[in-house]
Amino acid sequence: MTRITVNVDGVSCTDEVEPRMLLVHYLREVVGKVGTVVGCDTSNCGACTVHLDGRSVKSCNVLAVQADGHDVTTIEGLSSNGELHPMQAAFHENHALQCGYCTPGMIMQAVDLVTENPNPSEEEIRVGLEGNLCRCTGYHNIVKAVAAAAGSMSSERTEAR
Amino acid sequence: MIPAAFDYVSPTSLDDALAALAEAGDDAKVLAGGQSLLPILRMRLNAPEKVVDLGRIEALRGIRDGGDHIAIGAMTPYSDVVTDALVQEHAGLLAKAVETVADPQIRHRGTVGGALVHADPAGDVGAPVLALDATMVVVGPGGERTVGAGEFFRDLFETAVGDGELLTEIRIPKHTGWGSAYEKFVRVSHQWSIVAVAATVRLEGGSIAEARVGLTNMGSTPLRASAVEQALVGKGLSDLESACAAAADGTNPPSDLNGDADYRRHLAAVLTRRAVQRAMGG
Ligand SMILES: Cc1cc2nc3c(=O)[nH]c(=O)nc-3n(C[C@H](O)[C@@H](O)[C@@H](O)COP(=O)(O)OP(=O)(O)OC[C@H]3O[C@@H](n4cnc5c(N)ncnc54)[C@H](O)[C@@H]3O)c2cc1C
Ligand code: FES
Ligand code: FES
Repeated sequence: MTRITVNVDGVSCTDEVEPRMLLVHYLREVVGKVGTVVGCDTSNCGACTVHLDGRSVKSCNVLAVQADGHDVTTIEGLSSNGELHPMQAAFHENHALQCGYCTPGMIMQAVDLVTENPNPSEEEIRVGLEGNLCRCTGYHNIVKAVAAAAGSMSSERTEAR
Repeated sequence: MIPAAFDYVSPTSLDDALAALAEAGDDAKVLAGGQSLLPILRMRLNAPEKVVDLGRIEALRGIRDGGDHIAIGAMTPYSDVVTDALVQEHAGLLAKAVETVADPQIRHRGTVGGALVHADPAGDVGAPVLALDATMVVVGPGGERTVGAGEFFRDLFETAVGDGELLTEIRIPKHTGWGSAYEKFVRVSHQWSIVAVAATVRLEGGSIAEARVGLTNMGSTPLRASAVEQALVGKGLSDLESACAAAADGTNPPSDLNGDADYRRHLAAVLTRRAVQRAMGG
C-alpha cells in the first residue's frame, strides 16, 4: 500500500491505496465522489473526466498514486454556495442531456475547453469534445450549451472588471 | 478493468530512476504519461512487478533553446508542445502533428518521450520527428548516448531504447521559416491514423528548395519518403503531383479493417501531395 494525499474538491484526503488503483476508483470508492462515472474500458468515452491541477484528464487512465500531492476537481466540486457553475446551468437550460451518463465528463471537458479558449467557434467546440462520447443527444444541444456558457462566462468576467 | 498488482516507485532524479530499473531488471516497466501503458496494464497484456514512474523528475520536463536545435524533455506533455512558442517557430511540423493525437484529455497526460518509446506505427509523433532529423538522448547504466531518428525506430513497438535505459530528451534541429503540414486520414473523429503524412518545406522564390516528408502507418515503423524529398526540389505549387506519386515506393503497409495495403499506397501519394501543398501555403 502507498500513502497518498490528494486535494479533492477543496478537501485534503489522505489514504492508503494499492498502487494499481485507478484515480476514478479512488474518487468513487474511497472518497465517495460518485458523480464521476466510468463509461468504458478503453479510455475512449470521457465520462470519467476530472481536472488534475486544473487540466482535464480521463481519471480511468491515471493511477491514484500519480495524483499524490496534486489537486483534483470533480463534477461535485464545480458549483459554489449552492449555485450551479455557468456550464452546469447552460446544460440544464439547453436540454444538453438525456440519460445524463456522459454529462459529468462532458461538463468537465467543456469547462476546460472554455478556460483555454473563451470564445470557441462551433467547430472548435466539436473538436474540443472529441474525447467525450454521448449516445443520446446527437451532440447538437451539448454544442449549443457550451457556446451559451462561454458567452455567459465571458460576460461575467467583463462585469467583474 | 484493473491492472495486476505491482510495486510502485516515483523517484525524483534520473539517477534514482536508473537505479530502480537496474534493481528490478526485466520485471520493471517505466511509466510516463500512462496513456498507452495504463490501458495495456488494465487489459493485462503486461503485468510488470515494478512500475517506475518518471512523473516526479522535473529535469525531464520542459522545452529549451539549444542554439541550433530545440531540446524537448521526454516527459513534456503533448499539450505543452502544441502551444510552445519555440516549437511553433522552429519545428512547426511537430506541433501540427501532435495537435492531432487523441483528444485534449489524453494530450494533457501523454508525453512526447512516451509516444516515441511506445513506437506504435499508427502513432503521430514518429513521422514528424523522423522528417525533422531529430536526435534522441538515451541514458542507461553505461552513461549517455545519442541516437539519430533514422536509427531509433527498429520495428513494431521496438526502438533503440533498451531495457534499463531511458529516453531523456529529443533534440530537433531548427527549421526556422519552413512551412509545414500534417495530413492525417481517418474515417471518424478520434481515430488513429489510417495513413498520415508529415511534410515540411523551405521555399525560395515560390518553389521548393528543400523538403522533408515522413509517413505514418505505412510499415512497421515511421518512414521517410526520401525519393519524394529529392523529386520535390525545384517544384512549384502547380507541379507537385508527379513528384508525390512515388510516396509509397519501397513501403510495406499493413492491411486491416481500415483498408488494404494498396489502398494505403494510394492514400500515401494523395496525402503527400496535399501535405506539401498546404506546407507551401497553397
Ligand atoms: C483513447 C486513446 C486514443 C489515442 N489516440 C492516439 C492517436 O490518435 N495518435 C497517437 O499518436 N497516439 C494516440 N494514443 C496513444 C498516446 O499517444 C500514447 O501512445 C502516448 O500518450 C504514450 O505516451 P505516455 O507518456 O502516455 O507513455 P506511457 O503510456 O507512460 O508509456 C508508453 C511506453 O513507453 C515507455 N516509456 C515511456 N517513457 C519512457 C522514457 N522516457 N524512457 C523509456 N521508456 C519510456 C513505457 O515503459 C511504455 O512501455 C491514444 C491513446 C488513447 C488511450
Ligand atoms: S471511463 Fe474513462 S474514458 Fe471511458
Ligand atoms: S445524455 Fe446519455 S450519453 Fe449523453
